[in-house]
Amino acid sequence: MSFEWPWQYNFPPFFTLQPNVDTRQKQLAAWCSLVLSYCRHHKLYTLDVMEAQESLVFNNKKIERKLPVEAIQVVFEELRKKGNLEWLDKNKSRCLVMWRRPEEWGKLIHQWVSKNGMVNSVFTLYELSNGDDTESEEFHGLEEWMLLRSLQALQTDGKAEIFSMDDGKGVKFF
Amino acid sequence: MDRFSWSNGLLEINETLVIQQRGVRLYDGDDKPKLDVGLALLSTHRLMWRDIKNHEYCLSMPLSLIIFFEEQAAGIGKSAKIVIHLHPPPGNKEPGPLQNSKYSYIKLSFKEHGQIEFYRRLTEEMTQRRWENTPASQPISTGAGSQAGRTRAVGIVGIERKIEEKRKETDKNISEAFEDLSKLMVKAKEMVELSRSIATKIKDKQGDITEDETIRFKSYLLSMGIANPVTRETHGSGTHYHMQLAKQLGDMLQAPLEERGGMMALTEVYCLVNRARGMELLSPEDLLNACKMFESLKLPLRLRVFDSGVMVVQLQSHSEEEMIASALDSVSEKGSLTAEEFAKLLGLSVLLSKERLLLAEKVGHLCRDDSVEGLRFYVNLF
Repeated sequence: MSFEWPWQYNFPPFFTLQPNVDTRQKQLAAWCSLVLSYCRHHKLYTLDVMEAQESLVFNNKKIERKLPVEAIQVVFEELRKKGNLEWLDKNKSRCLVMWRRPEEWGKLIHQWVSKNGMVNSVFTLYELSNGDDTESEEFHGLEEWMLLRSLQALQTDGKAEIFSMDDGKGVKFF
Repeated sequence: MDRFSWSNGLLEINETLVIQQRGVRLYDGDDKPKLDVGLALLSTHRLMWRDIKNHEYCLSMPLSLIIFFEEQAAGIGKSAKIVIHLHPPPGNKEPGPLQNSKYSYIKLSFKEHGQIEFYRRLTEEMTQRRWENTPASQPISTGAGSQAGRTRAVGIVGIERKIEEKRKETDKNISEAFEDLSKLMVKAKEMVELSRSIATKIKDKQGDITEDETIRFKSYLLSMGIANPVTRETHGSGTHYHMQLAKQLGDMLQAPLEERGGMMALTEVYCLVNRARGMELLSPEDLLNACKMFESLKLPLRLRVFDSGVMVVQLQSHSEEEMIASALDSVSEKGSLTAEEFAKLLGLSVLLSKERLLLAEKVGHLCRDDSVEGLRFYVNLF
C-alpha cells in the first residue's frame, strides 16, 4: 500500500513558510498531519532533522520544492507543542515522533486485552510488541520505549502495573 | 574722553594685542560714564575699549597720546582704577563718541580686577614705545562718511573690502546676464495662455487632427508647465503654502492617476510635478507635506504608506477592496503570478504591483512560494 500524499504536497506555497499568521497556522496544521501520517505509514519512531530534510516528506522532487531547515524546525516545534514529538538532544537534531501519543497507545492495548478476555493476566513487554497473538494489531512492532511509555500511561490510570522480571519487564492488566 | 575715536576693533598689520581685561568701566575724567562695563584692550599701538553687549561699540586711542598714568587703589565700594593723563587731541582725529571734553585724563575702573597686570603691561608698552618703530596705518574707524571713497586697504579690513567689491561686480554681471531671461519669464505666461487656447481649439476640432498629433501636442503642453505655480514666494511658507500646493496637486494629478490605474508611486509623482512646474521646482519634503494634506482638505486623493514604507498617491475612489479583488482575480486566472508578471498585466510599476500582491496576501487571499525561481503568489488554498 503506497502512501497517499495530501493535495498540499503538490502546492508550491506549501514549501514556503507563510508570513500571514492565519495562513501559516493552516499550513503548519497540514504539515503536522503530513509528518505524522507519513511516520505512521512507514512506522518511524525517531527522526533526524538533517535526514528528514532529504526525505520525501520535506523534499518534493516533482515540483522541485524543499522545505527549508528553519521551517522544518518550526513544524517540529509545532508537533512538540501538540505532544507528538520530543527532542532527544539539546541541539534539536534528533527527535522522537509519537504519531500516537502514549495514552492513545495505552488505550489501544487495553482494548485489545479486554477484547480477548485477558484482563488480570501477565505479559512480557516482548510478548506484547512481538508476540504472535498481536501480529494483526497496530501496536505490533512498537518500539520498546514507546510501549513502556504507553503502559506507564495506563498505570497512572490504574489499568495496568509494570514490574521487573528476570529478563526484562512484565505487565499486568486490570 | 575726546581723544577716543570710533574703531572697528580690528588690529592693524603691525599691531599686536598685549592684554585684554573684562569688566572695565571707562571714566571721562571724574565724570561717571554713560557707558556700561566693557572689555579693555591694550595693543602695541592703541588702547581700546569695547562694549560687552554691543560689539559694534568700540573705541580706540593711540598710545602716543599718553603723557603718564598712575594707579588709584581700591577703596570701600570703589574699584581699583588707572588714571591716564593725555596730550590734547591731534587735529586730524577721526570722529569719536565725544568731541570736546573738559578733562585731559581718563580713568579705567576695574570691576573684575586685573588692574595690576594691566598696569604692568601698560608700563612696558610705554617704555618700549613700539608704535614708533613699526608705525601702523591710521586707525580705521567705522564711522560713516569720512571713509567713503577711501581706497587704501590694509589688513583684514582691506581684504574684506576687496571681497565686497568683487561680490558687487559679480552681482552686476549676474543681473545683466539674466535680464533677458526675466523678460522671457514675463512672456512665459502669455505663452502658456496661448497654448491653452490652442488646446481648447484642439478639443473642439478633435476629428480634424490625428490621435498622434494630439498626443504630441499634449506633451508639449506638459513641458510648458503650469501657468502660475504655487511657490513659497506667492504663498508664504508653512501650512498655508502646503495647503495651496495640495490643491494644485489635486487638480493636476487627477488625469495621470486615472491613466495609471488610480495609483502612482510618490517618486513618480515628484518627477511629473516638477516636470510640469519647469522652473519653480518643489523639494521632496514640500511635496510630501502637501500630500499629507489631501485628507484634511477633502481632496479626492490620498497619500498611502504601505507596510514596506513605499509611499503612493492614489485616488480616493481607488479602494483597497478593489485592489485586492483585482489581484486575486488576476492570480486565480493565471494560476500563479510574480510581481513582474502582475506589473506587465496591469501596466503598473513592479513596486506597486508587488505591494498589491502583498496586500492581498495580508488579508489572506493569496499565499507565497519563495523559491530559487523567485517569489510567486498563489491563491490561498490553505
